[in-house]
Amino acid sequence: MTTRDDNPETLLPLPPATFHILLAVAAGDRHGYAIIQDVAARTNGEVKLSAGTLYRSIQRMLEQGLLVESRERPAPDLDDERRRYYRVTPFGMEVARAEARRLAGLVKLARARGFVPGRA
Amino acid sequence: MRLYRALLRLYPASFRHEYGGEMRALFARRRREASGAGARLALWLETLADVVPNAAAVHAEILRHDLHYTLRSLARARGFAVTAIVVSALGIGATTAAFSMAMHVLLPRLPFPDAGRLVAFWQDQGFRGYSHLELSPANYRDWRRMAASVASMGVYTGTSANVVGVGEPQRVPCALVSASLLPTLGVRPELGRLFEEADDTYGAEKTIMLSDRWWRAAFQADEGVLGKTVSVDGEPYVVIGVMPPGFEFPTRVTEFWIPYQFSPDDYADRTNVYLYGVARLKPGVTLAQARADLGAVAARLAREYPKANEKTGATVEWLRDQVPSQTRLLLVALVGASVCVLLIACLNLANLLMARALGRRRELAVRAALGAGRERLARQMLTESLLLAACGGVLGVLLAVVVDPLLARLVPQGLPIAATPGLDLRMLIVAAAATIATGVGFGVVPALRVNRGDDVTALADGARAGTGRPTERLRAALVVGEVAASIALLIAAGLLLRALVRVQDVDPGFDARGVLTLRTWLPMPKYEATAQRAAFYRRVLEDVDRLPGVSSAAYISFLPLDFGGGIWPVTGSDLAEPASDSRAASVRYLTPRFFKTLGIPILAGRDVGDGDTAGAEKVAVVSESFARLYWPGQNPLGRRFSIAFFERTVVGVAGDVRVRGLERPSEPQVYLPYEQIPDGWMSFYVPKDLVVKTTAGAGALLPTIREIVARADPAQPISSVRMLSQVVASQTAPRAIQVRVLGAFALLAFLLAGIGIHGLLAFTVNERTREISVRMALGAQRGDILALVLWRGARLAVLGVAAGGVLAFVAGRSLQALLAGVSPGDPPTFAVAVALALVMTLAGSLLPALRAIRLDPVIAMRVE
Repeated sequence: MTTRDDNPETLLPLPPATFHILLAVAAGDRHGYAIIQDVAARTNGEVKLSAGTLYRSIQRMLEQGLLVESRERPAPDLDDERRRYYRVTPFGMEVARAEARRLAGLVKLARARGFVPGRA
Repeated sequence: MRLYRALLRLYPASFRHEYGGEMRALFARRRREASGAGARLALWLETLADVVPNAAAVHAEILRHDLHYTLRSLARARGFAVTAIVVSALGIGATTAAFSMAMHVLLPRLPFPDAGRLVAFWQDQGFRGYSHLELSPANYRDWRRMAASVASMGVYTGTSANVVGVGEPQRVPCALVSASLLPTLGVRPELGRLFEEADDTYGAEKTIMLSDRWWRAAFQADEGVLGKTVSVDGEPYVVIGVMPPGFEFPTRVTEFWIPYQFSPDDYADRTNVYLYGVARLKPGVTLAQARADLGAVAARLAREYPKANEKTGATVEWLRDQVPSQTRLLLVALVGASVCVLLIACLNLANLLMARALGRRRELAVRAALGAGRERLARQMLTESLLLAACGGVLGVLLAVVVDPLLARLVPQGLPIAATPGLDLRMLIVAAAATIATGVGFGVVPALRVNRGDDVTALADGARAGTGRPTERLRAALVVGEVAASIALLIAAGLLLRALVRVQDVDPGFDARGVLTLRTWLPMPKYEATAQRAAFYRRVLEDVDRLPGVSSAAYISFLPLDFGGGIWPVTGSDLAEPASDSRAASVRYLTPRFFKTLGIPILAGRDVGDGDTAGAEKVAVVSESFARLYWPGQNPLGRRFSIAFFERTVVGVAGDVRVRGLERPSEPQVYLPYEQIPDGWMSFYVPKDLVVKTTAGAGALLPTIREIVARADPAQPISSVRMLSQVVASQTAPRAIQVRVLGAFALLAFLLAGIGIHGLLAFTVNERTREISVRMALGAQRGDILALVLWRGARLAVLGVAAGGVLAFVAGRSLQALLAGVSPGDPPTFAVAVALALVMTLAGSLLPALRAIRLDPVIAMRVE
């Protein structure tokens, strides 16, 4: 059940939670709690992923081939065995970029209408 | 923490297994951070709001997945999918139709408010064999006054009346009611008002309530109809109201209601019984209390009027239970048959699904090896079987909706409920229950059974899936069950068919071919004078006789079979002494040439003639059995006896006629000349049925006859236009329908069982390809292989037939009341059923057997 070979466009638009998770893991492998913290920090606490939303998204992203479970684990003294680490796949990066382009395009349109301050 | 763990159980096991640990760790961390009761409460609320929708979403996602997967895999196995859907549709459809009809009739929702308190009541004269005897006006008046357990009480009599001035003159079904009846039922008028006691007083202005249907059909739904007058049997009635749509009481055809207005004379005779009672019990009163109360009332009246009310008690029953026992038995049989069909369908489905699961065992093992939990695999299978059953269920409901109008013909008209149940909630609930039972019970169990096997062996190359002994034995048992159930149904249908043929073969004693009948119910008091009636008959008969194609015509009180009553005691000094309770005969008045018209032979003497006038000697034509009973071995002509108030002389003997019905013994018959009724006497016995023997088509004749009647009396309605053959056929119509319905069910079951045998054998042959090839390679002849496969089929059939035969005999005994004397162990029926079972087995086994002998051992081995 994978769409890895598919065109990234078919997954767009991404659910916001998915996009945030992709942004979080793009910087490096993360476990679940770290993703929640990362997202909260980068949005100044505006987006707080709940555990249910997080893992449901992760499950689907694994199926869609956006993420893989990482086999590399941190040094044993820093590790918690229950934790799983997730890494973004190249396809995941592609999809994230495509989503970013889609959003940028939307912002451009909005700007042309004067909805957003800045250059048209 | 335990609570959170419990909450996580909302997620599917696979998801919980994967992420549960981390989610619990996350939750534990957040709980540590939350200090204070408020923060904890907020955390819990937040958690609840997180878990519930997300768990639902995960489930939905899996469902979507499974459906997608199921649809794809079913698309690859279209034959299987179509078979499974059709099989479940047949089972669910049959069950839904039968159950909804049975519930509709046996557990009716009477269309009255608080109907659970309504009872029907009768006088009980069990010592005379009448436990449900109607009431006389005087007894009703006293019961009503004395009964303490009853909130209100009313009586009614279904009848019909001539209505003139509303379109063509017509005979309209109606009911006489006490003013208290409609309030007792709790219905309100749609228009106008209900009857009040003043309307029901002797000598008061006559008033009438219309049914909604008649109001729309005959009065164009004109609200101005209130206060207008309608002529009923020649008397004016003022319209005071219209009942709401759907109010059908006492029967489905009742078009209006008028009050009795009992006269002092009516109250004088307590033995003149014709009132049917309905009462509304006081709140909290049980049926037993009502029985005791009315029983005490009846006992008191029996002491007060020892002669008329001798040993008279009270019979009280729930109004909703007033279903004839034959109908009840028939519906129960129908439900039994439908359950049989559903069971067979389910067994078939189980077999199909099991075969499929066995065939997919390797695929399942691969999926399990790839990490799909057993729970996910079972869930996948459940999705598949439920999807199939649901498709079958939708089709089945459509089937039931189509079939129900046919079943509705099993419901007698005399019940105050709609003819067809319609697509109501109860029907859908039955369908849903049948669907879920089909999908779950027979989809998952075989799947789990297969799934339980060792996955590793399934993966091993060339493993022989499904030939495990226990599994095969289970599948064989399912097929035996199917055969048994279908044989039982087949025999039951066969017995009923034999009973139908037996009843149809009964000679009614007359020739119904080419006899047109219609009714002109002459209203009283207009036609009280016998001479006036005679003039009417003569005019009509003379003109009808002259019509081309008509060979003879006559009038009679009641058609045979159509009315079984009219029984009078026979007395006289000149009679042999038969047992006293058989000294009764049915009485009919007629014009000359009735016997000729119906082809009833005159065995001795003569027909009644034009000379048998009011002033002439009172004469009678008696039936053969009458003569044999009272003057055995002697010439009955010229003998005298008394019946219906007068002594009469026998002038003729006619052949016996089954007046009471084809399935019941009839009393001997006495025929009296139509002019020998004294003026104003016995108005119920006045000839009203015209019979016309014709070679012309009835359709061509009828308009002319209508004109002839209109010329004789323009205000005279014509009703009950039928061919006499229809009257005869209507005797067996319920049986014919019953045989058709049960026969259809049996055929269905039989087909399904055949499919079952075929499926099992085809699968076995397929699975045993290698074994058969080895045998053939070792020198087994084609005949041996053929025998091997056929013998397997025959063994299943023999076991099934034996079990089904026992089942059928038991079922036949409980149906005995419907069998018209055919024995429940009727050998020809059993023989035919067994023969059919053999043919079915052969047909079901033939294709797999042929496939087996056509196997090429070399190719078969190479496939491995």
